Amino acid sequence: MNRKMVFYTIGRILLLEGAVLALPLAVSVYYWDGGQLPLLLTIALSLGLGLLFIKVFRPDSQVIYAREGFLITALAWVIVSALGALPFVLSGEIPCFVDAFFETVSGFTTTGASILTDVEVMSRSMLFWRSFTHWIGGMGVLVLMVAVMPNLSGRTIHILRAEMPGPTMGKLSPKLGDTAKLLYLLYIALTVLEFLLLVAGGMPLFDSAVHTFGTAGTGGFGIKADSLAGYSPYLQWVIAVFMMLFGINFNLFFLLIMRRFRAAFRSEELWTYVGIVLVATGLICWNIRPLFPSFSESLRHAFFQVTTISSTTGYSTANFDTWPTLSRMLLVLLMFIGACAGSTAGGLKVSRLVLLFKTFRREIRHLLHPRAVTSVRFEGRPVDSSTLISVSTYFAIYVGLFVAFWFLLSFQPGFDGVSNFTAVAACYNNIGPGLNLVGPAASYAGYSPVCKVLLSFAMLFGRLEIYPMLISLSPGIWRKN
Amino acid sequence: MRIILVGCGKIGVALLSALVAEGHDLVAMDNRQEVLDDLTNQFDVMCVNGNGADCEALQDAGVERSDLVIAVTGSDELNMLMCYLSKRMGAAHTIARIRNPQYHDKSLSFLRQQLDLSMSINPELLTAQELLHILKLPAASKIETFSRRNFEMIELRLKADSPLVGQKLMNLRDRFKAKFLICVVQRDSEVVIPRGDFILQGGDRIGLTADRTELWKLLKATGLAKRQAKNVMLIGGSRIAFYLSKMLLSSGSNVILIESDRAICHRFTDAMPGVSAFCGDGTHQELLQESGLSDQDAFVSLTGMDEENLLLAYHARLQHVSQVIAKINRDEMVRMAEQMGLESVVSPKDVVVNVVLRYARALESSKGSSIENLYQLMDGKAEALEFIVCSAADFTHVPLKDLRLKKNILIAGILRDRKAIIPSGSDVILPGDRVVVIAGHRRLNALSDILL
Repeated sequence: MNRKMVFYTIGRILLLEGAVLALPLAVSVYYWDGGQLPLLLTIALSLGLGLLFIKVFRPDSQVIYAREGFLITALAWVIVSALGALPFVLSGEIPCFVDAFFETVSGFTTTGASILTDVEVMSRSMLFWRSFTHWIGGMGVLVLMVAVMPNLSGRTIHILRAEMPGPTMGKLSPKLGDTAKLLYLLYIALTVLEFLLLVAGGMPLFDSAVHTFGTAGTGGFGIKADSLAGYSPYLQWVIAVFMMLFGINFNLFFLLIMRRFRAAFRSEELWTYVGIVLVATGLICWNIRPLFPSFSESLRHAFFQVTTISSTTGYSTANFDTWPTLSRMLLVLLMFIGACAGSTAGGLKVSRLVLLFKTFRREIRHLLHPRAVTSVRFEGRPVDSSTLISVSTYFAIYVGLFVAFWFLLSFQPGFDGVSNFTAVAACYNNIGPGLNLVGPAASYAGYSPVCKVLLSFAMLFGRLEIYPMLISLSPGIWRKN
Repeated sequence: MRIILVGCGKIGVALLSALVAEGHDLVAMDNRQEVLDDLTNQFDVMCVNGNGADCEALQDAGVERSDLVIAVTGSDELNMLMCYLSKRMGAAHTIARIRNPQYHDKSLSFLRQQLDLSMSINPELLTAQELLHILKLPAASKIETFSRRNFEMIELRLKADSPLVGQKLMNLRDRFKAKFLICVVQRDSEVVIPRGDFILQGGDRIGLTADRTELWKLLKATGLAKRQAKNVMLIGGSRIAFYLSKMLLSSGSNVILIESDRAICHRFTDAMPGVSAFCGDGTHQELLQESGLSDQDAFVSLTGMDEENLLLAYHARLQHVSQVIAKINRDEMVRMAEQMGLESVVSPKDVVVNVVLRYARALESSKGSSIENLYQLMDGKAEALEFIVCSAADFTHVPLKDLRLKKNILIAGILRDRKAIIPSGSDVILPGDRVVVIAGHRRLNALSDILL
C-alpha cells in the first residue's frame, strides 16, 4: 500500500481545511464575538499539520489503487471532523471534546443532529462555522480538494468514487479536476440563488446564509430553538423547494445547462423521487388536516416535512413528533429512502431502491419460470448483474449495520426503543431529528459519550456509504504485503 | 484539446495513455464495459460505452465540441463511417485507421477526400516503412528522418571497443572529420542531453544527428558502416511482411519468407514472384537452416507472438546473422529484448503513437512555428522535434550562444535551403528555417517554448 500517498493527500486536505476556516474567522472578526482566537489557533494547527504531512510524506510514487482511495476518504473525514471540532472546544461554547466532535461530524456529514440544548446562546461565528461544515461536507471535502488543487495522478478517481454517494459515479467532463470544478460551480450557483431568494423574502443576511448552507448541504443545523417555524410561509416554501432541488442528481442540472432537456427529463430516478415526495405529501396532508386551521397550512407543513426528511436535511416547521402515527411512520420510511444518487443527500438513495425493487421482481419471475431470461433496465439501459448484486449486497450490509448500531445503543439506560431506532435512523441516514426523545424539539444531549461516539460513526458510515469506513477499520488493510 | 478515441484495443490504449500524458481531455469509447472499467481506474479520462457509429453514443461523448476524433476499432469500414458521422456532427478533425491493403491503392486519397478525413493511419504500412529504414542502415537500431530525408537521426548502442568510446564529445568532430552531433545519451536507465565535456562509455545508447552524407562519412570512419542488407529473411506472413517484401524487392533485395499457412504463402508468391516462400513452422531450427539462415544479412521476425519473435531473433543472432530485428508489441517485452542483447526492436504501437502525437501537437501549435516532425527517443524519455519557423520571433536573428534555453533542451540542427547546419554558438535561426530540437523530460508545443 502507498502509505506516503495516503498521508500526503491528508496533508493537502488539512491545508484546505485551514483555508476554509478563514471564512468563519472573517465572520467572527466582523461581529467581534470572541471566536477569533479559537479559530485562528485551529487554522494555525491545521496549516502546520498539513505542511508537516506534506513534507514528511512526500510520496515516491503517486500511483494509488482502490484501497488507498477508501483509506484516504475515511481518514480524511475523521481527521477533518476532529480538527473542525476544536473551535467549539477552545471557545468554551461546547467544552466537552466528544460533544464537539459529534457536532462537527454531524455538520460535515450533513446530518444536523445536535447535542446543543439551547442553540440561541451560541456565538455568531460558531453558528456560522457549524452550518458552513454542512456546505463543505455536502458536495464533499475531497471533491473540493480535487477541484481547487492540482491533480495528483490519473487515479484520483478512486478517492472521488469513495466519497461520492450512489452506486456508480459518472463524470461530467473528461478530466476529473474539471468535473469537480463543474460540480462546485453548479453547487455555488444554486446556493447563491437560494440565498438571494431568502434575502428577498425578508430574512436577515446572517440567517439567510446559515439556512442556505444547511439547505444546500442537506444538513439542517438551525439557529433557532424552533428551527424554521418562526419564519414566514414564503421563506418556508423557498427552503422546502430548494431542499427538494438539492436532493436531485447534479448530473441532471449539468444536462439542463448543456441544453439536453430530453436526456435530463427522461431520468427514471428523478421521476421516482418526485413521485415519492408527492405521494407522501398527499397522504400526510390528508392525515394532519384536522390539526391545522387551513388547507394551505397543512399542505405547507406536510410538503416541508416530507422534503426535509426525504432530502435528509432535518429542518422542521412543526413538531412532527406530535402528529398521528401514519404521518410519523411515513416520515421514518422516507428517512431510509433518501434522495437521488449524486446529490448532497444521504439515505439509501432512490436509484438503489428502484434497482432493489426490480431485482426483487426478477427473482419472483425466476421462481415462477426457472428458464425465463429477463434483463433489468434502468435509465433506459440494461443493468449488468454485477451492479445488481452489489446493490443487493449493499442493502444487506446497510440493514445489518443499522441493526448493530440500534442494538449497541440499547445499552444506554433511559432511552426507549423508538427513540433509539429513530436516533440511529436519523444519524445513519444523515437526517438529524428523530422521534420521541430525539424528536425535532429535543436534542442528543442525553446520550452518554460512548453513545455519542457511536452515533458519530453511524453518521460517517452513512455519509461515505459504509465501505470506506468498514475497509479502513479492518486490520488487514494496514498490513504490509 | 478535447479528443474522442474510439476502440480501446492495444493501439487504442497506447494512444490514450500518450495523449493523456500530453494533458488532453480524452473521451474513450468502446463497447466492452470491462475494458472501460479498467481504463477509468488507470487514466483520467471519461468513458462512454457504445458503438462509435451510433449518433447517440457520439453525442454522449460530446462530439460536437471535440477537436479530434480518432477511430481505431478493428474494422476499417466502421472507422470510416464513424469519422464521416463525427465530422458531420461537428468534430473539427478526424483520424481513421484504415489497414486493409485493398483500400490502400489509388482509392485511398479519394476516400480520404470524400470522408473529409484529416489523416488515415495504417499501422502495418508505417511499421514496414520503419523496418525498411533500419534495414537500409544496418548499424543503427533506429533511424528517423527529418525534412524530406536529407537530415537523419540514428540511435545506436556503443560497443566497448567502439572508437567513439573514451573521448570527449567536443573532440569527436575533428577526429572523424565529419559534421555530426551526439544529442542524447542513455546510460543505464538515465537519459541525458550531454555537454561538450561528456565522455562516452561502452554500453551507452546514443542518438546522433547529421546530414546523410556526413553520417556515412562518420560511420565509415568508425567502422560501423555496412552495406544495405541484400538478403533478408522474414518469419511470418503478416501484413507488415507483405508491405515490407514489396518495398525490399523494389529496392533490389532478396526476400525469403517462412510462413506456416500455405494459402498465405501463395498470396505472397502470387503478388510478388520475387519472394521465395517456404511453407513451414518458423520456430523449427532445422527449417531455418535449410532455408539458408546463416547466409542472410538480415533477419526479421514478424509473427503474431512477442515471445516467439524474441526467441527467433535471439536464435538468429546466435547464428551470426549481422542484423536482427524483432517486432514486439508489449512494452515489458522490449525491456527484456534489451537484456538479451537485441537492440533492434520495432513496435507498431510506438510507430502509430509517434504519428498521432505529432499530428495532435501540430494541431495545437501556435506562435509563428509549427511542428513538422516528432519522434520519441530512448523509449519515450526524450523527443526530437522538427519545427518550421514561419515568421520572425524573439529567438530569430539571435546567435544561439545568446539564447537562454531551458534545461534539457538542445538545438540539434538547422535546415536551410536543403542544407543542414550542425549549429555552433554563432549560428542564428532565420524565418523559413526548419529547426530540429531535442527535448529531454519535457514536452514542447511551439519553438518559443525552448526559451526560459
